[in-house]
Amino acid sequence: MTTGHSVPMVEIEGVAKRYGNGQPVLGGISLSVAKGEFVSLIGPSGCGKSTVLKLISGLTQPTSGSIRVDGMAPRDAREIVSYIFQDATLLPWRTVEQNVALGLELESVAKPTRAEKTAAALDLVGLAHVAKSYPRQLSGGMKMRVSIARALTTSPRLLLMDEPFAALDEMSRDRLNEEILRLQAEQKWTAVFVTHSVAEAIFLSTRIVVLAPNPGRIRAEFAVDLPRPRTAALRDRAEFDALEVKVSHALRAALVPESAAVPP
Amino acid sequence: MTPGAKQRLVYVANAAAVFAALLILWQVVIWIFRVQPFMLPSPWAVAKAFVDRFAAILTAVEITGEESAAGLVASIAAGVLVSLVFAKSRWVRRMLYPYTLLLQTVPIIAIAPLILMWVGAGTASVAVIAFIISLAPVIFNTTQGLISVDENLVNLFLMHNASPSQILFKLRLPHAVPSLFTGMRIASGISVIGAFTGELYAGSSRVGEGGLGYSILYASTQLQTDYLFALVLATAILGFAFFFLVVFLEWYFLHNWHESARVAEAESDS
Repeated sequence: MTTGHSVPMVEIEGVAKRYGNGQPVLGGISLSVAKGEFVSLIGPSGCGKSTVLKLISGLTQPTSGSIRVDGMAPRDAREIVSYIFQDATLLPWRTVEQNVALGLELESVAKPTRAEKTAAALDLVGLAHVAKSYPRQLSGGMKMRVSIARALTTSPRLLLMDEPFAALDEMSRDRLNEEILRLQAEQKWTAVFVTHSVAEAIFLSTRIVVLAPNPGRIRAEFAVDLPRPRTAALRDRAEFDALEVKVSHALRAALVPESAAVPP
Repeated sequence: MTPGAKQRLVYVANAAAVFAALLILWQVVIWIFRVQPFMLPSPWAVAKAFVDRFAAILTAVEITGEESAAGLVASIAAGVLVSLVFAKSRWVRRMLYPYTLLLQTVPIIAIAPLILMWVGAGTASVAVIAFIISLAPVIFNTTQGLISVDENLVNLFLMHNASPSQILFKLRLPHAVPSLFTGMRIASGISVIGAFTGELYAGSSRVGEGGLGYSILYASTQLQTDYLFALVLATAILGFAFFFLVVFLEWYFLHNWHESARVAEAESDS
């Protein structure tokens, strides 16, 4: 790696964003994500957490401030970035393996390599047996796994995830959380993860950033000093509960406008 | 027999029962009111005319079928091209959409004589009329399919640095195929009506021989009401054939993945 350890994976400096002439969605945030970190963004609706991902991916441009991804402009960094959306966003007319191969296909990767990487990604998420199925034949959890496999085929160094498990039942969500941690341990990518769930954020992250709305800004940050590799048993530990109380408290505080929080 | 096949048999039996009941009612009305054959022929007379003049009817069906098919195929080709332009440019779409609507609301009977005058009497002008009447549903539905792609799917493609042509051919076009078929289904039925209407004006080079529209006009002037009814029956069958051809193609291309094909399967299985 020529970039060395000093260059953060994501560097956001004083970024504000407003769409058209509307109210600002983000009111100047700064955030640095080091390589290998797993950072969760959590906050009430309207705090701009999804907008942060859109800015990092270059799908939308900041009104002011600067964003670097591995030292590059977001648009130039797309080759090392994968985005996982809230819906599985699969193409219904393609089979599972054709869906997984999509990214490689769009990037004009040669067919033999494509087939190899697709098969490997399907193995990774345990879906080799449904390679020839169509998305409509799969459960919500399986569709999400296909989406994850598709994101991993291009060997990303940064994974942006926008509430990927929000639509799933709790059991599937917990299982996929464990799988995501296993995949990250194996492949060592950096993650910026948006969620509504405090428990999910704690379980996955090395750091949690709490955002407040109107306009979106960073309200609090928590380092998650829980041991890795993490297993399902982690959720039963006292430190986990203690942190959950602290983060939930910060989240509730984020909902109260700062002016109202000041005692008379 | 599978439950699905049994269910289908029940559907067919029900439809046949309704058909039989209508025939009986028809015959009873003729008996009770002593209706003259030139006013309303009996079902039996219609069937007899259908068999006796089958060769002429077949010729008429062939002529009208060809005109409708030419118009329909042309409307699909042109409709898809126009839709691509509409999907590409919101500006062009907003400018020309009202005129597409006009295509659908202007009575075809009013413009048929003009087309005849411009193109000249014959099958070509009839095909043009079928084309005009079939065009709007293809454009409306295909355009809708092309522009209603989920924003995040477009974002997904952008994240992989997809080119505009990749987004068109790998995302928008396949996404629009179900809508295209919806448009084609509507167009298939009305293309026959368009050709039929055209023939009412276009006439024929030989007396008594032409498409269904011409033949029906001829039969009515000759007070051959039984033949007229047989021709109406043939027209309905032709329209059905077009419709079911499109439905079959739709099933063939979409049954693997699309909801509409899946619903049809579920219905026949229940």
